[in-house]
Amino acid sequence: MAQFSISGVDIKGIAACVPKRVVSNFDYEVLSESERRMLVKTIGVETRRVAPKYTTTLDYACKAAEQLFEETGVDRSEIKLEIFVTQSRDYYLPSTALLAQQRLQLPQDCMAFDIGLGCSGYTYGLGVAASIMRSSGIQKALLLVGDVSTVTCSYNDTSTYPLFGDAGTATLLELTEQNEWNFAMYSDGSGEDAIKIPHGGMRHLLTADSLEERKREDGNYRADLHLQLDGLSVFNFSITKVPESVKLFLADNKTTPEQLDYFVMHQANKLMNESIRKKLKFNPDQVPYSLDRYGNTSSASIPLTIVSELSDVMSEPKKMLLSGFGVGLSWGHALIQTNNVICPKMIEL
Amino acid sequence: MMTIEEFIRKLEEEFEDIERGVLQPSTDFRTIEDWGSMHALIIIALIDTEYDVTLTGADMRSVTTIQELFDLVKSK
Repeated sequence: MAQFSISGVDIKGIAACVPKRVVSNFDYEVLSESERRMLVKTIGVETRRVAPKYTTTLDYACKAAEQLFEETGVDRSEIKLEIFVTQSRDYYLPSTALLAQQRLQLPQDCMAFDIGLGCSGYTYGLGVAASIMRSSGIQKALLLVGDVSTVTCSYNDTSTYPLFGDAGTATLLELTEQNEWNFAMYSDGSGEDAIKIPHGGMRHLLTADSLEERKREDGNYRADLHLQLDGLSVFNFSITKVPESVKLFLADNKTTPEQLDYFVMHQANKLMNESIRKKLKFNPDQVPYSLDRYGNTSSASIPLTIVSELSDVMSEPKKMLLSGFGVGLSWGHALIQTNNVICPKMIEL
Repeated sequence: MMTIEEFIRKLEEEFEDIERGVLQPSTDFRTIEDWGSMHALIIIALIDTEYDVTLTGADMRSVTTIQELFDLVKSK
C-alpha cells in the first residue's frame, strides 16, 4: 500500500493567484435560466475565474511564488527543490518546472521537475516533496501547483464548461524538528476515459480533425482536443472510493474526524463533496468551500481553498486532512500538521 | 423498509420545481421538465445518502420509470 509517514517537514507559506476576469454561470447561454439556477444550486459553482488566452499556469503560480518570497522573507537562493504539478504545461517540452526555475531566479543547484497530475496533484506533490526533503536533507522546497483548464473546455459542453476555473498556487516547505505527516496514494488507470483530452498527445497527434466540434452521445458539442468528462462515472468513483479510502486512512492513523480542525477536499462539485462529507461525518464548519466563487480549479483547488477560506487562521497550529481525487483516476490523502503558515490574501493577475 | 411512496416523496423534496403528486411509480423520470445529467447526479446522491446504494451510469441507463428505479435500489 502506498501509505507512508514523513516527519520533520513544515509548510512555511501558501499563496494563490487567480485571473482577474470573473465569469458567472448565470450568464451561461447554452442553458435555460432554470437550468442555470439548478446548475448553480447542485454543482455549487456560481462564478469562476477565467484566464485570458496565452496567460498560463506558469504565470499564475510564479506570481503566487513571488508574493510568498516577499511575505516570508525566504531567500530564493536557498530553494534546492522545485516541483511543478500541472496538466496545462506551457510547452510539450521542456517541463514547466524549468521555466519556473528561470522565471523565479532559483539557483542552478535546484532539483526541478513536473508532476503531471490534476485533481489529486496537491497531495501527491506534498508527499513527493516532503519525501525528497527528508531523504536528501534539502532544507527548503517550492511546490507550484495549478491549472488553466478553461481553455480546453468547449463552450457548448455543459458537462465541462460551467465547472472549471483557473488558478496557480505556491507552497513553501522547509525542514523542521516537529510534525509528522501521513500520506496515502491510490491509482486506477481503468478510469482513464472518465476525464480526458483525447487528442494532442502522442497517441492521437493533433490533426485538423482534432479541432472539429461534433455532437456527442450526451448531446454536448466538443472537439477531440477538448476536455471530456463523464460526470456520472466521476461522481460514482468519488462518492465510493474517496470516503472508503479516507475512512481506512484515518483508522490506520488512529485519527477521528473530531480530532481534525479541517478537511480540505478537492473542490469538484458541491453535491459530490457534500456526499463525501456526510459519509465521513465531518461537520460543515470543518469543510471549507471555495467552489462557489472559483469553480473546480483542478490541482490548485486545495491550496486555493486554504488561501481563500482559511488565511486568517493559518498562523495558528492546525491539524488537517487534505484529499485530492479525479483525473487518472488518481486520488491521494494527506494528514498534516501546520504551525504558522504565512498565507497572503488571494492575488489577482 | 422503505415504500415507493416514501421514495417518491424524497425525489419530490430534491426537485423543488416539481409539484406534489406529479411523480407516479409509472412516471418515466426522463420526462421530468428540463431533465438532464444533473437530475441523474441528484438521484444518485440521494439514493447513496438515504439507502447506502451507489448506482452507476449504466444502472441509471438501464431503468426508465420510477418503479424500475425503486426496484433496482431495493435489489442492491
